[in-house]
Amino acid sequence: MAMSKDEVLAGLAEIVSEETDIDTAEVSLDKSFTDDLDIDSLSMMTIVTLAEEKFDVRIPDEKVKDLVTVDDAVSYITDAQN
Amino acid sequence: MTALNVRRGPEFTRILGLGVARGENAVPNDDLVGPINSSDEWIRKMTGIATRVRADAGTSVIDLSERAARDAIAQAGIDASEIDTVILSTISYPHITPGGAPVLAERLGATPAAAFDISAACAGYCYGIGQADALVRSGAARNVLVVGAEKLSDFVDPADRSISFLLGDAAGAVVIGASETPGIGPTIWGSDGGGAELIRQTSSWLDVRDNRDVPFPTLVQEGPAVFKWASFKMAPVALQAIEAAGVTPDDIQAFIPHQANIRIIDQMVKQIGLPDHVAIGRDIVDSGNTSAASIPLATERLLRDGDAKSGDLALQIGFGAGLVYAAQVVVLP
Repeated sequence: MAMSKDEVLAGLAEIVSEETDIDTAEVSLDKSFTDDLDIDSLSMMTIVTLAEEKFDVRIPDEKVKDLVTVDDAVSYITDAQN
Repeated sequence: MTALNVRRGPEFTRILGLGVARGENAVPNDDLVGPINSSDEWIRKMTGIATRVRADAGTSVIDLSERAARDAIAQAGIDASEIDTVILSTISYPHITPGGAPVLAERLGATPAAAFDISAACAGYCYGIGQADALVRSGAARNVLVVGAEKLSDFVDPADRSISFLLGDAAGAVVIGASETPGIGPTIWGSDGGGAELIRQTSSWLDVRDNRDVPFPTLVQEGPAVFKWASFKMAPVALQAIEAAGVTPDDIQAFIPHQANIRIIDQMVKQIGLPDHVAIGRDIVDSGNTSAASIPLATERLLRDGDAKSGDLALQIGFGAGLVYAAQVVVLP
């Protein structure tokens, strides 16, 4: 079922928080996963995998490098759901 | 028409003896960080590795195999001449032919044992256990020596940031034979050749022959993609092995996965949902990733440290280049 961008952001923030202990409020659209949230490549893969399960979408491995900001990921998931 | 005789073996098998041989040198991260522009801290954070064991230049895959095998045979309480099958799992024996297993059998005094190599990378030890269990129960063999042995330092590129700095040299060996009670559960195994490029040799031997500019082949991997596959796709395989053995996660005393990366191990523990009492094999911290040897090494470490004991049920799972994987529940020797 398609979700709003805000709903996807909230769900993604929960996943990021669970993987990294970063507060969900810190996970905003403008944040960079690596530069701002200090998420390394392996944690990013965990987040992507959990997001695939949670939002019932497929995020190909080769696409992950393009998900630089939280907005990139939220937009990708929202588009994929639609 | 006259019916042919067929053999039948014992109903059950178990691991009769275990032996390991680690490369002679513990190589710390600081010795490798220069060419990859990295740090001890980064390697520990991304892999859990503090040191990896690497063999002397003059030590071969067969040398490591022989050391491990002699200890396994001694613990099994049999003579080498009673070994009738030798399975050597390796991806770093530097000959296309002959295989290493006949050479190893001869060195041990096990000739004329049937002897062959298998190429199942980091799943090779569990592939070997599955085959040995089947061979003994079918009556095709009585005592099978399974050896996972690698000298991966012969196939590393010091400037490679993907896998070379993880790799070590070692051998682990077990003897599989008849048992009065079940000692090896069903093997759950498989492959996914669609992921063949995720962990690979940089170029084929023919490329090296035909093009002088092609460097000596080494190993590389797509680290994050391998992490994702191993961490999340292997947990269901492990759970199948538990179910096939007729036990539950609560019955397992030790979890001994291939020592690929501490982050994979930790994520697998979480995904499988193993209870807190389960001892986790984490020999990678000191030995690095030794491919086919890593599970027996981690087994030996758990037993030596007293974190597991003979008779415990251990869930073991190997996974790696191919992609290939295999898992089974075993009774520790």
